[in-house]
Amino acid sequence: MSGLSIQELWRRTLNVRTASLYLFPSILLFIVFVFYPMFRTIYLSFYLTDQNGNAAIHVGLENYAYLLASSEFLNSMKATALFVLYTVPIGILIALFFALLANEKLRGIGFYRTMYSSTMGISVAASSVIWLFLFHPSIGVFNRVLLTIGMPQIQWLLDPQWALVSVSISTIWMNTGFSFLILLGGLQNIDQHLYESARIDGAKYFYRLRRITIPMLSPTLFFIITISLINAFQSFGQIDILTKGGPTQSTNLIVYSIYREAFINYQFGTASAQAVILFIIILIVTILQFKLGERKVHYQ
Amino acid sequence: MKTSMLKKGWLYFLLTTTSLLVFFPVLYAFMISFMTGTEILQGRFLPQTFSLDNYVKVFQRLPLVNYLLNSFVVSLSVMFGQLVVCSLAAYAFVFIPFKGRDFIFFLFISTMMIPWEATMIPNFFTIQKLDWLNTYQGLSLPFFALAFGTFLLRQHFKTIPIELHEASQIAGLSRFSFFLRVILPVSKTSLVTLGAYGFLTTWNMYLWPLLITTNSSVRTVQIGLKQLQSQEMSTDWGVVMAGVIVVIVPTLLLLFIGQKQLQKGLSQGTIK
Repeated sequence: MSGLSIQELWRRTLNVRTASLYLFPSILLFIVFVFYPMFRTIYLSFYLTDQNGNAAIHVGLENYAYLLASSEFLNSMKATALFVLYTVPIGILIALFFALLANEKLRGIGFYRTMYSSTMGISVAASSVIWLFLFHPSIGVFNRVLLTIGMPQIQWLLDPQWALVSVSISTIWMNTGFSFLILLGGLQNIDQHLYESARIDGAKYFYRLRRITIPMLSPTLFFIITISLINAFQSFGQIDILTKGGPTQSTNLIVYSIYREAFINYQFGTASAQAVILFIIILIVTILQFKLGERKVHYQ
Repeated sequence: MKTSMLKKGWLYFLLTTTSLLVFFPVLYAFMISFMTGTEILQGRFLPQTFSLDNYVKVFQRLPLVNYLLNSFVVSLSVMFGQLVVCSLAAYAFVFIPFKGRDFIFFLFISTMMIPWEATMIPNFFTIQKLDWLNTYQGLSLPFFALAFGTFLLRQHFKTIPIELHEASQIAGLSRFSFFLRVILPVSKTSLVTLGAYGFLTTWNMYLWPLLITTNSSVRTVQIGLKQLQSQEMSTDWGVVMAGVIVVIVPTLLLLFIGQKQLQKGLSQGTIK
């Protein structure tokens, strides 16, 4: 290399220089708004901060120790875990059911597809306001139905036993549209010849589903499971509008907890420590998914 | 093979009941938006008259026109910003063989593992230090670079025959005009998919505008809904639902028009 003239070097690096021009906007934005703040968050998690979010006193791992001993944070972790458990499997099964229905070749199927995907066009804020009404203790639909069939009414969002379930129900609804669209896309990518040969063998619907559809759909399923898990951990809007983390913190999901700690209590150090924990959880979920996915998924 | 009548009937029954169930909350909100307070208390499903009173009221109580405008400006900015930034990066990944490409690619992938919420505290202070609180650029610029968008376009660019590139070089087209005049036009479908996706997600964004807007100057409709809901506090659900309908109409329309495209494009960009 040392024998190269400047001109030669200049010529050889032509591609790198051109590529960096094209990549510059992305890389700059990623550095400023993704990588720097991630390292800054990790850094701040070892400090007590002032009101402006500047590191003030180095406390080492004390923020983490404080969190792991705080019943409030542990409760938030538990609520988040339950929320993920309630929303992800059921949400994907429902979306898969809809996608299988909507993949049939029938007249007017486009209309049904539009209906199923509609919730993707509705924001979390709008959905939450609608569900706030549906859950209303006296004039909401759910309690009216319970009243009509003579069942005891439920304080959907006010009863600590029910609040997380109620928020989960509305979240499942909000996410159906997106999962449905992705799964339908996956179903339509399956090679139709596979079914034709199976039909000749006289295979029954559920046999075909188990032996052809699900295995061929597995890359899509794997993708939507990962995305749904990550989304569930990041839920915020529905909590802010439906319950504000209550009652008795039963719906204080992790992102809401970070938000409160940082922007209401101004405890940026402990909030950052929570953010780091969120980051680690999502990292583990993604890595696990890839490790498990590699083994289980059939690629075409 | 012909589907039997019985099976067909069963399918239509399932399709109709489940899709109605999914769409019911929106349909109901739409009905409520025309009702008076007493009608809502009676628990009716259909309003007696389709009066627009609630819509008039919601525009009086909130600077909703202003909010709608803000949401459009921010969503369109992010949409165009993403299209430019992502297509440039995708072009480099597909058409320029350079040293360290794998490393840069890995860097892009790694951004997908960092949840936005984990970085929002320093990001808030960055925007504050730039004096960008309550500005359009503060609301939109952080979202211009998008790994997912880059991959989606890269996927499509890869299907473009490399001979086209060679031919353009022989024809004396510069790299950039090749990108601008050949690559972008043939990738129209992917660009539309990414554009619709960017618009939709930005329009529906909640947490970031909540942090960044402290007054109504650039506040978006989503924060307007939160305001409306806490202002009215269950007293005037008709007005609140009128607000909801106004806010969801643009994105629902976009979704209804682009549903097929979005479904195709998203599943292509995500799986391979």
